[in-house]
Amino acid sequence: MKHAMGFAAIAVFGASMAFAEDVKPMAVSFADGSVEAALTSTAGDPANGRKVFANRKQGNCLACHMNADLPEESFHGEVGPPMDGVADRWTKAELRGIVTNSKMMFEGTIMPAFYVDSGYERPLDEFAGKSILTAQQVEDIVAYLITLKED
Amino acid sequence: MMKSAPWVALVAMGFGGAAVAQDSKALNVEGTALVTEAAAPSHMENVDTIYSGWRFRSGETQALQTDDFDNPAMVFVDQGIDQFGKIDGTEGKACSSCHENIEDFAGLRPQLPRVQDGKLVSMENLVNTCRTERMGAEPWKWSGGQMTAVTALIGLQSRGMPIDVAIDGDAAPFWEKGKELYYTRVGQLDMSCSNCHEDNYGTMIRADHLSQGQINGFPTYRLKNAKLNSTHGRFKGCMKNIRATPFAEGGDEFKALELYLASRGQGLAVESPSVRN
Repeated sequence: MKHAMGFAAIAVFGASMAFAEDVKPMAVSFADGSVEAALTSTAGDPANGRKVFANRKQGNCLACHMNADLPEESFHGEVGPPMDGVADRWTKAELRGIVTNSKMMFEGTIMPAFYVDSGYERPLDEFAGKSILTAQQVEDIVAYLITLKED
Repeated sequence: MMKSAPWVALVAMGFGGAAVAQDSKALNVEGTALVTEAAAPSHMENVDTIYSGWRFRSGETQALQTDDFDNPAMVFVDQGIDQFGKIDGTEGKACSSCHENIEDFAGLRPQLPRVQDGKLVSMENLVNTCRTERMGAEPWKWSGGQMTAVTALIGLQSRGMPIDVAIDGDAAPFWEKGKELYYTRVGQLDMSCSNCHEDNYGTMIRADHLSQGQINGFPTYRLKNAKLNSTHGRFKGCMKNIRATPFAEGGDEFKALELYLASRGQGLAVESPSVRN
């Protein structure tokens, strides 16, 4: 019993430590629109990033960006640039900056900032004070995007 | 090979319908040509040509609007005729008690919303003022089934007439307010009307073909919810999509936005009741 309790305590402690280390939305440090440092201590998971990219309730990136890597998804948007070969055009730090808050790189862009939790007006109550994605989801998407190479 | 050929043809037609919708100009309803494209009014700085939302829909959806027998909105227009003739309220009157010929409403829809006694009023306001002041009846809900049925019926009397709202004089401050709202980013997604409907019309946003957000066809029957939708109800849906708290239906903000959007469609034909997806 004691043994099990100890494990549980470590697991809970571990989780809260990881959360505490996440860079808070408004504390992300940008340089020319790029974000060098990872937002979390857990490396991004490209497989989950691929899911977050397509999920309508999460990134829903596919709403605006077509992506040949997702042939199983039927509707690809055309509002933003295609994602094919995006890793050939941008560095990981640039992609992290664009996903976190693209307005830091592209002034006035239609693209939402996926990791800010303030600065927007009239949010629905359920979204007030929240970011669209978690820090880990941003890292997962970045880890996924960096796999999209054509060269 | 033989089996797959019709399927290929069907797919090709489907895609073709969506892709060229903006280029297929002729909307003939019951044999009458309706204007779905016009030079943008001079107040629009960033758009040269305006298009009805009909132009952005698939061939199948477009076809539903060309024949009143096929138009699913006409069921609700029939309900509107019933409502129009139904006595309600303390005065023992129906709409038809005063408005004997529904055709007399021809020319009203293109001018709305408009300023009356210093207030901006939409068709819903006019209907409810009649109900409360002349009929002694309860006002209808702004986007309720009774209201949309009657606004569709009244709008239909002007079908084919060009949108022609006043934006100067006492309408100017309301129009300015509507314009400001159109360009203001809101919601967790931090988007304005213009981001999609001015900067990106004609492109696909996931499965939706982005239109210019014209309102000349309202109330509109949407295949999505199989009923008539009010202009303000549609605004509300758009705001929720960008995770913004909607303004109130019938409130000052949406009426101002309605005036501004109507003015972006000056010259397009009234299509009420239109069919969209």
